[in-house]
Amino acid sequence: MDIFVSFLLAIISSMLIDNVVLSRFYGICPFLGVSKKVNSAFGMGLAVVFVIVLSTVICWPIYTYILVPANVAFLDTITYILVIACLVQVVGLFIKKYSPSLYKSLGVYLPLITTNCAVLGVVQSNSDLQLDFLMSLANALGTSVGFLIVIVIFSCIRSRFESSNGPKAFKGLPIALMTAALMAIAFMGLKGMI
Amino acid sequence: MERIKNKKLQNLFKGIIKENPLFVSVLGTCPALATTTSIEGAIGMGVLFSIVLICSNILISLLRKLISEEITTPAYIVVIAAFVTIVKLFSNAFLFELYSTLGVFISLIVVNCIVLGRAEAYASKNNVLDSLLDAIGMGIGYTLALLSISCIREILGSGMISFGKILTFIPRFDIPILKYVNSVGEVVYDYSIPLFVQPSGAFIVFGAILAIISAITSFKNSRKKIKEKIMLKEAK
Repeated sequence: MDIFVSFLLAIISSMLIDNVVLSRFYGICPFLGVSKKVNSAFGMGLAVVFVIVLSTVICWPIYTYILVPANVAFLDTITYILVIACLVQVVGLFIKKYSPSLYKSLGVYLPLITTNCAVLGVVQSNSDLQLDFLMSLANALGTSVGFLIVIVIFSCIRSRFESSNGPKAFKGLPIALMTAALMAIAFMGLKGMI
Repeated sequence: MERIKNKKLQNLFKGIIKENPLFVSVLGTCPALATTTSIEGAIGMGVLFSIVLICSNILISLLRKLISEEITTPAYIVVIAAFVTIVKLFSNAFLFELYSTLGVFISLIVVNCIVLGRAEAYASKNNVLDSLLDAIGMGIGYTLALLSISCIREILGSGMISFGKILTFIPRFDIPILKYVNSVGEVVYDYSIPLFVQPSGAFIVFGAILAIISAITSFKNSRKKIKEKIMLKEAK
């Protein structure tokens, strides 16, 4: 029971309190780039959830049972990036085979996930902080779901002010960044939750 | 001869203002927001990033005829990851404060779009000298961009500029600007806004800078148009 509670707490803390985008700053590029439409933002978020969880499940055993016993723990970054790149390719092929419609809607965003810092950031911080498997999984789940929530909320807000009449200089990215700042202030309020 | 020299200089300086990777191309935003809470952290990040960019650009430019077209991206990522590992081990050994402040963001240079972007767009097509100059220019441009964001954030957020905290080889000194603490430890005045050192401040500062840049470019464009109109009228 204790394990379950700490697992849940870890998920909530990495999802809402220490949110990936708004306080840890991983994955800003897709956050700003793929948030113009709610649908594509949702697709991107789901793909990121899938890749982050899967890459954590694969990378954790590689680090603990291969790299550390072989005394080459410093090769972690290279290993992780290769695993993530391969994983994204495999996931792409898999989705293409079994669900062409989903592949079509994700198409452009799938290769982008390789260079999403959130994926490498989560896997790397798991091994930097020496988390055990359950906590790594909680970190991965919480972080990726946090990314999904924030990118969907952000795209909803953004689709509204895209059509509104704001200051000319702020059109496009600057106003999006200001919105992100307001969202970050709002998420700061969740700090006292746990 | 003069023309070749000019071209090389242009190659070097284009990354600083005209094609600034952060403010014009808006690439590599994650470290730009995360590591700019202090000026020292930003300088450290910029320098480490520049080292990786310069080394990887040189090596990729040397190998550009050996790497076949199908495997370019994986090959580039491995080269970049190797240099990032070297930089990481180096900073862990000699600059431990910086290493622990930047944390995972040193590893995240691997997925920084600028490094991969320069490798794909420039180093894979040009000779070693040009790639080196391009990398130096881009590195300086990125470092200056980080420095400008971090200056605003540190001065507004903490009210003073302090050196020697992270880059420990510099003797420690503080320059009070908006906040002054006297020798007894009393706060004499304090006009700092702590919001700016918090995550949301990063978004505000970056957004404001981008807005200023877009205002300047649109002002320049409108002036150009007016000039063209006047020229047309005179020609008539």
